[in-house]
Amino acid sequence: MTLATEPPKDSFRLSMLIYDTRYRAITIQVIVLALFLAGVAWLTNNTIQNLAAKGKDINFGFLLNRAGYDIDQQLIPYTNDSTHGRALVIGLLNTLIVAFFGCIFATLIGVFAGVLRLSKNWLVGRLMTVYVEVFRNVPLLLWIVLAFVIFSETMPEPKDFKVTQEMIDTGTSPAAQKIFFDSVAITARGTNIPMPMLTRPFGGFQLAGVNVSFSVLATLAVIAGSLWVNRRIRRHAKAVQEATGERPTTWWKTLAVLILPTAALLVAMGLHWDIPGFATTETGVSKGFNLVGGLNVAHSFTALLIALSVYHGTYIAEAVRSGIMAISRGQSEAAFALGLRPGRTMNLIILPQALRVIIPPLISQYLNLTKNTTLGMAISYLDLKGTLGGITLNQTGRELECMLLMMLIYLVLSLTISAGMNIFNNAMKLKER
Amino acid sequence: MTKSLSFVRTQMLPQQAPPVTERGAVKWLRENLFSGWFNSLLTVLGALAVVWLLQATLPWLLNGVWTANSLGECRSIIAASAGEGAVGACWAMIRERWHQFLFGFYPIEAYWRPVLAFGLLFVALAPVLYFGLRRTNMLMIGITGALTVLALLGVHTDSAHVLLVAVILLALLGVAAVAPTKLLWFTLIYPAVAFYLLWGGSVWGPVGVLLGLAIMAAIWWLLQARLGVVVATSVGFVAACVWWLALQSYLTTPLANAMPLGLSAVNSDKFGGFLLSFVIGIAAISASLPLGILLALGRRSDMLLVKSLSVGFIEFVRGVPLITMLFTASLLLQYFLPPRTNIDLILRVIILVTLFASAYIAEVIRGGLAALPRGQYEAADALGLDYWQAQRLIIMPQALKISIPGIVSSFIGLFKDTTLVALVGLADPLQGITKIVRADINWKGIYWEPFIFVGAIFFLVCFGMSRYSMYLERKLKTDHR
Amino acid sequence: MKKSVFFGALAATTMFTGAAFAGTLDDVKARGELICGSNVALTGFGAPDAAGNYVGFDVDLCKALAAAVLGDATKVKYVPTTGETRFTALASGEVDVLIRNSTWTFSRDTDLKFDFVAVNYYDGQGFMVKKDLGVSSAKELDGATVCIQTGTTTELNLADFFKHNNISYTPVTVGDDAEAQRQYEAGACDTFTTDASGLASNRAAMADPTNHIILPEIISKEPLGPLVRHGDNNWGDVVRWTYYALVAAEEKGITKANLEELATKAAADPNSDPEVKRLLGIGDDDLGAMIGLDKEWAKRAIAASGNYGEIFEANIGTATPIGLARGLNAQWTQGGLQYAPPFR
Repeated sequence: MTLATEPPKDSFRLSMLIYDTRYRAITIQVIVLALFLAGVAWLTNNTIQNLAAKGKDINFGFLLNRAGYDIDQQLIPYTNDSTHGRALVIGLLNTLIVAFFGCIFATLIGVFAGVLRLSKNWLVGRLMTVYVEVFRNVPLLLWIVLAFVIFSETMPEPKDFKVTQEMIDTGTSPAAQKIFFDSVAITARGTNIPMPMLTRPFGGFQLAGVNVSFSVLATLAVIAGSLWVNRRIRRHAKAVQEATGERPTTWWKTLAVLILPTAALLVAMGLHWDIPGFATTETGVSKGFNLVGGLNVAHSFTALLIALSVYHGTYIAEAVRSGIMAISRGQSEAAFALGLRPGRTMNLIILPQALRVIIPPLISQYLNLTKNTTLGMAISYLDLKGTLGGITLNQTGRELECMLLMMLIYLVLSLTISAGMNIFNNAMKLKER
Repeated sequence: MTKSLSFVRTQMLPQQAPPVTERGAVKWLRENLFSGWFNSLLTVLGALAVVWLLQATLPWLLNGVWTANSLGECRSIIAASAGEGAVGACWAMIRERWHQFLFGFYPIEAYWRPVLAFGLLFVALAPVLYFGLRRTNMLMIGITGALTVLALLGVHTDSAHVLLVAVILLALLGVAAVAPTKLLWFTLIYPAVAFYLLWGGSVWGPVGVLLGLAIMAAIWWLLQARLGVVVATSVGFVAACVWWLALQSYLTTPLANAMPLGLSAVNSDKFGGFLLSFVIGIAAISASLPLGILLALGRRSDMLLVKSLSVGFIEFVRGVPLITMLFTASLLLQYFLPPRTNIDLILRVIILVTLFASAYIAEVIRGGLAALPRGQYEAADALGLDYWQAQRLIIMPQALKISIPGIVSSFIGLFKDTTLVALVGLADPLQGITKIVRADINWKGIYWEPFIFVGAIFFLVCFGMSRYSMYLERKLKTDHR
Repeated sequence: MKKSVFFGALAATTMFTGAAFAGTLDDVKARGELICGSNVALTGFGAPDAAGNYVGFDVDLCKALAAAVLGDATKVKYVPTTGETRFTALASGEVDVLIRNSTWTFSRDTDLKFDFVAVNYYDGQGFMVKKDLGVSSAKELDGATVCIQTGTTTELNLADFFKHNNISYTPVTVGDDAEAQRQYEAGACDTFTTDASGLASNRAAMADPTNHIILPEIISKEPLGPLVRHGDNNWGDVVRWTYYALVAAEEKGITKANLEELATKAAADPNSDPEVKRLLGIGDDDLGAMIGLDKEWAKRAIAASGNYGEIFEANIGTATPIGLARGLNAQWTQGGLQYAPPFR
């Protein structure tokens, strides 16, 4: 038996930098660092030279200049007199909103299709297979363009909703009708939906160029309060159940607490729906070019949203399917043995376990979806790429600044999403001790 | 004695047919379509959807017109045959322009070159996928060869070129029959062959580039034992660069003058359609493989600096959309390269797409590395292999094999994403060529047909590849479960 | 090993051309090829045909330029540029000249560091509406939905026009010309605004051109012309005077067909029009030498696709499906604005 001994401590020789594994790592790192710094210096130097040759500089001052162009979807007020910086914010908000709803719908579609693909129903199983295979094997760009074209080609023009004097005289109705109790109008140029309005709002104030409404704040506060009270009620019910073995009925309390205060507040503020429709003369003849009132959702948004959710839905469906298949058959057999019906087995036994397998690919789909919102460019959806990286870049000619800023924003966005989802993933992980 | 006498049947009853609900179509319907109200509802809804879809598209498809010279002519033919107000597809556009969707503006008389390059791709892939398997290799090369020759006849190649291609493919088939492992050499020179076939020009340019690589390999071979892999590779690389930048022209220029062998040069601005998609996709994936392997190893390295640089690069690239990379290629690269450098746009796009793909490939390979049991690493250490030997002989062959399905799906994703190059002005099949076709006054206003045509081709290619990768996944599973 | 694709490509297709510094003319001559920034696809102005060759009004100017500089009208490489990439392509030296209906504006000429050398098409922004909309003037468009192409000067003009007239509108932004036409026809917007030439060509391609009218208001000036990098004055001169040679040729009645005949006649006749002689490089005056070209440069430019009028008529004139009248683009002698400075 020999004890492991330290290797003999030779005096340091220069050749050890290459041959001795203890020092080689350091040598390599030093060389890599030198190469990296040299590369960075080379790029910087080139950039400086190129900028000088073109007589340009790096200056973000253009963000404060008047933009001069219009954006058709704006979540916060914007006119063509606003600055390029504000156009950037509008674009970013447009990116975020389509990504947010896209993730939600893609998840819904994906879970639905993934579960149904495993369904025993032959027709439905096949249909879902066709859906998944067709949609994921054709470029997303095609689906975006197609969804957009279908909307604008097949929907009636706004003028078809118009009531003319002739129609009143003959008692006929216009060619196209609003749907959902005469409240929603889908035209070739957008979807007009009713918008909640307040007759007695509480007012608001300006914060960094954004209107903060007290009415919204008050509503949110009331909802939060109701939720808190509801939690108290449930906790109390649970305590009673543990003490007496019987759970008091709480559903009517819960309902009342959740609905009544908010409803009361909304009524107090004078909630009513602003329903889209044509402006009319006294005799009831429509005038103007467009339906006014309500909220007009542009088709570029709807089409992008649909295409993104349907396309990424297929990937999520595949993730869900493989997640479910990863759960051993014994689990569902055990559930059946306990007498659970197939639906409840899926909800209570399979999906919660499958979720752990599903979440990691889901995260990457959310990231991909967020990045793919840039394809809205093909149908002129003015997201961050459309405003900052499109029109602003084009009008100001500051491609270096615009592109760098845009990449930085997307990077921060991606990192934020993946960080948030990783926290969620860690929370959901099976805790093994 | 018991008096009770119960009747006991002494003969078997003849077997009865199962009840009508338990056999044939009815049973199948009951079990598969109408088991329970929910399933029935789904079935009815599904059937309604299918009917609605057919109703919406069938008349349009059935009224399609294949021979016409303009959209207006199509419309009048449809109106004449199916009545006023009928709708119909105008496939005549595809008939006239299909070659642009496939090859872009590539010279028509040279179509055999991209077709051959595409066919040879499968020959080059065969030894990688079925290393040393004589029969499978031969089968693959045989089928590819037959299809290539058929395709050549389809694009009206003159018979001399068809013959040439047939001879080349037969020779390769012969190699596969005699010495299947030697085919790997063909795989190694394939990129140069494909480049030469597609871009043409003098044959000596690619030969010079290959010689540079040979120099690198020779130096690596000589020094590797003495100086270690990293140093040997670096010295070899520097030597190869010296060859390419300084010495190569002294050899190739006189050779090109003395023996002007070559094909007619085709500029990259002639590339378009699916040719462009394949060139970008395949070049980017194959070039990103070595880069991705290095990045994956870097990310798993113990050296802090190497690791953080790799992680930084991978996360940066994965964090930004591909479009921004493409716009970097078209707008920003000019700032980062030395003044007076000008690389053509397709090449810039390929470089940026390669960088983009390498980050994704690195993650795929990292997954493959992580899937290897620790025992493999420890066994390699126990055998006394150093890092690079272990990687080359033990780790990488296994990790890459596990990663093949992931690499294929990366390729499918990338192939679909090549449609985005239209946004920087290149002629991709989906938007670029379609836009060009629609700028023709004869076809102005045509909308669905090009999308359906291009979408169908994309579907066939991607669906085929994804099925193949699933098959590979099953085949490559060597764990003994 | 797969790296050889990269290096091979790098070695074979990398071109070290002159960037934004000096001597584009020398670079073009050395390269033996003119790189012309063109439209990806715009009917009549620049688009590849079924055989993949670029044809159009702007393309013919590229050809004339190549003929003048290199002596061969086919030695042109067309680099398709989009609204977003066009100026960068020119600034970075990727293209030698941008001939791609770009509007000459103050900021592009100064801030973006370009030189617009001439105006080859005088255009103006107009509106097209469907007849049944019942609108006869752009000022009646209050509340209308307007299709506009993004990244162009038209959207800035539109905002200015509506603001100036104190009426409101809803913008629908679209990516390109074909898309704008489709959306307009589908009813996604009440009116479609772009350059009047574009409106005319779009209307010509519609199934029912008579149901659409172009409103009388022209709300902006859109001088479209070739542009080069700021600071390379010699190259700017070459492009400018090649263009004016075509204009002057029309004024003097020199066409592609009678070019040779006129040249021999002018060479024989000492009393013929001295400007024609100078233009065709006959006689002692060598205009070409002053801009670094040979004596017959203008003759070759005219021979490439004909004079300005011929190019106009062949690509976008009344005889073509696009059917544009000369209008502002007639010779100054015909009441138009096309006016070549004297060749002297």
